[in-house]
Amino acid sequence: MATVSMTVNGKHVSADVEPRTLLVQFLREHLRLTGTHVGCDTSQCGACVVHLDGRAVKSCTTLALTCDGAEVVTIEGLAKDGRLHPMQEAFRDNHGLQCGFCTPGMIMSAIDIVRRKGHDLDEHTIREELEGNICRCTGYHNIVRAVAAGAQAMKGGEPLKKAAE
Amino acid sequence: MSATGIGAAVRRKEDQRFITGKGQYTDDINRPGQAYAYFLRSPHAHATIKKIDAKAALAMPGVIAVLTGDDLAADKIGGLICGWMIHSKDGSPMKAGPHPALAQGKVRYVGDHVAVVVAESLAQAKDAAEAVKVDYAELKAVVDPAAAQKNGAPQVHDVSSDNTVYQWHLGDKAATDAAFKQAKHVTRLDLVNNRLIPNAIEPRAAIGEYDPGTDAYTLYTTSQNPHVARLVLSAFVGIAPEHKLRVIAPDVGGGFGSKIFIYAEETVCTWAAKKVGRPVKWTAERSESFLADAHGRDHVTRAELALDDRGRILGLRVKTIANLGAYLSTFASSVPTYLYAPLLSGQYDIPAIYCEVDGVYTNTAPVDAYRGAGRPEATFVVERLVEVAAREMGLDPAALRKRNYIKKFPHQTPVIMNYDIGNYHASLDKALELADYQNFAKRKRESARRGRLRGIGFSSYIEACGIAPSQAVGSLGAGVGLWESAEVRVNPTGSVEILTGSHSHGQGHETTFAQLVSDRLGIPIEHVTVIHGDTDKVQFGMGTYGSRSGAVGMAAIAKAIDKVIAKGKKVAAHVLEASEGDIEFKDGKFTVAGTDKALGFGDVALQAYIAHKFSGQDLEPGLKEGAFYDPTNFTFPAGMHICEVEVDPQTGVTTIERWTAVDDFGTVINPMIVEGQVHGGVAQGIGQALLEGARYDENGQLVTASFMDYCMPRAGDLPSFTVGMTTTPCPSNPLGIKGCGEAGAIAAPAAVINAITDAVGHEDVAMPATPQVVWRACQKAAQRMAAE
Repeated sequence: MATVSMTVNGKHVSADVEPRTLLVQFLREHLRLTGTHVGCDTSQCGACVVHLDGRAVKSCTTLALTCDGAEVVTIEGLAKDGRLHPMQEAFRDNHGLQCGFCTPGMIMSAIDIVRRKGHDLDEHTIREELEGNICRCTGYHNIVRAVAAGAQAMKGGEPLKKAAE
Repeated sequence: MSATGIGAAVRRKEDQRFITGKGQYTDDINRPGQAYAYFLRSPHAHATIKKIDAKAALAMPGVIAVLTGDDLAADKIGGLICGWMIHSKDGSPMKAGPHPALAQGKVRYVGDHVAVVVAESLAQAKDAAEAVKVDYAELKAVVDPAAAQKNGAPQVHDVSSDNTVYQWHLGDKAATDAAFKQAKHVTRLDLVNNRLIPNAIEPRAAIGEYDPGTDAYTLYTTSQNPHVARLVLSAFVGIAPEHKLRVIAPDVGGGFGSKIFIYAEETVCTWAAKKVGRPVKWTAERSESFLADAHGRDHVTRAELALDDRGRILGLRVKTIANLGAYLSTFASSVPTYLYAPLLSGQYDIPAIYCEVDGVYTNTAPVDAYRGAGRPEATFVVERLVEVAAREMGLDPAALRKRNYIKKFPHQTPVIMNYDIGNYHASLDKALELADYQNFAKRKRESARRGRLRGIGFSSYIEACGIAPSQAVGSLGAGVGLWESAEVRVNPTGSVEILTGSHSHGQGHETTFAQLVSDRLGIPIEHVTVIHGDTDKVQFGMGTYGSRSGAVGMAAIAKAIDKVIAKGKKVAAHVLEASEGDIEFKDGKFTVAGTDKALGFGDVALQAYIAHKFSGQDLEPGLKEGAFYDPTNFTFPAGMHICEVEVDPQTGVTTIERWTAVDDFGTVINPMIVEGQVHGGVAQGIGQALLEGARYDENGQLVTASFMDYCMPRAGDLPSFTVGMTTTPCPSNPLGIKGCGEAGAIAAPAAVINAITDAVGHEDVAMPATPQVVWRACQKAAQRMAAE
């Protein structure tokens, strides 16, 4: 066992873990943050994507111990003061999800795409950049639209106008 | 149309939890004191088990138990079942071998379940599984179904010496042979419908739990139909009586058919929970999903189409060998038979059809329903034949289709189905317009200037959905009825809970079902909650597959709503001191006809519960109604998908340039959700046509067992889709719904291959049409042109 400490969604956490513990296991099993999912065992599907010191990583292939002292944000940490992140709103508003299982990873990756590529994303760029995230439900059509809309909405740092419900 | 009623693109109610990470999938659930299961799987495709020695494993840290097929037998736990009896041409019943949840004496495919290790942690269970010594005597394996039928082939099950489960047929052989004698043109194709692996992104999972205080079990599992799972596990497998087994299917991350079936893992976890006295949790790793989830498709077909000199179809003859894998999965027998051959008439008026299907055991994973289930295979046969026939006869493929479309409804096909309604010309015309077909030649020339080959492919698909009229399927061998149930619980404050036997695993039922209720009862959609997926809450239900939840599940809800309104009128009559016959219900109000005396829906709900204004003896208090809805016919969604591709002849790379879908789904509750279903279905169909293919080597090793080796469609592989609709409301259910879940997967493969073959000028393009396959086709076409 070894001790690992990190900040997860703004809270300091510390635990004794087996050295082989993966970041995703630490999040799901130790912290019970089950919004981060595991969809494969070869680091392909991207359901497990979280932000580690501001960058998207696949938490299924990151050892928890290597995150000592790091700042981790998961899907649960995106909304602030009950207001959804614009990318979360964009996925709902554009029907960018069906079963919802790949969605947390998609949203975390999408925010990282905006960080790296800016707010004005064309369809080709979005499709290429989503290479590490697999969705079996949507055919990506609405995910692509959601990412484009979310990127625009992130310009002002303001959440999207709430969808008519 | 109200903002939240039928036809409105309402944003989904369920999304809040999914976009915030608050969904609750089976693996997100943890039960107090749970132990972890790990399945030791066969590394061999075919072997007898001489001995299993678990002594060393049992001595390892944290190990609670190692259980095998002998333990199952000792507890008199039965095998898994196939719920659809198919009879061969000679009248004999299908030959189904035993299907124990843990192997008993023999393993029959790589991934077959040999033993389960239960331990304090998953890591300990996995470590211990490596210490279980299994003494196998390897046998020769067979993976190709045609080879499996030959003399001397390895025998998968004792019950069938030539591995043939059934030799089934449908249609009129003599009439079909006669049609071919009259034909002026015959188109012949040899087709392979490639084996697919469903790969819902949530892997299957199960938690079994046993409460000795009540002698009752609970199973949390990734199921599309929890009640059917409970029925099978109690009535056939015999784990617990039905009333002592609760099955909960919480949020489920995609199914596509693969989560219909009752598998070994949930069976073993439930049974083991009592044996070890702890909840037992198992979650599949992706490699296990590849190995042991039921696969889809896997047909080898010879198909022939007879036409007259003007391109009128006279007859269709089909011979298919269907690979069923090593065991018959829950509905495996029905997929290449009754879900396949009855759709071979397509959208066409075909006088004579004859289809023969051999279902065959091999040493591969079981094959069962996967999105479309039989209907994609039928559409691929029909639409490839029609397209090739048009090319061979020098006719425009759209014109040849139009010449043969069914124009009058109802239409009785020669293969069971009675199509109730449709307008195939309308969807073709609209698709041609949306696809800008008239300028295709111009685009083709432009591609040619860049050294690229452009092609266009059509697919006029049809499917039988709204599964299914119970009497009809019963007469065809189904072991269950396929109605659906619903309960509408109105609370005293006027809010409503809908309990449905349908199960949502991405389809958005919590929204669409609430839209129906909001529309019918005139109450805000926020006042409606949809409850599903728990056998303790919902009385019974058949679940979600076969695009049935709208046409059958919602029809049951509509029927129960009608009963609620009828009861509400009785209550309102008492309160308003009017006769029941004078009460009208509209826009959420019960009104005395011709007056302004009215009560809101919520007022009537309250009055029904307080029962102050009527005698509780004459009229029962409360407002809660249930309904079982059994459809009168299948529904027949149909449409036209047009695929336009560009092929680079130097590399064989195919790019989908345009996708146009025009579908007739009857009434649409939520167009946003319906379009999403089309997108997803088309993506899976394009995946089948271009990217996906499960491959076993000759020893039965699955060589495509990870996302590194099995090519899943990614965002960069797909185009944006143009989706249009035409509407003929279905007359066979009260809402006019036909169903939309499978259409894309059914239509797409033929459209893609028709487009590629058009582009390259060579018909022999197998799925998946990888760059290598397409490049070879380009070479053959070039050689042929050089020879000519």
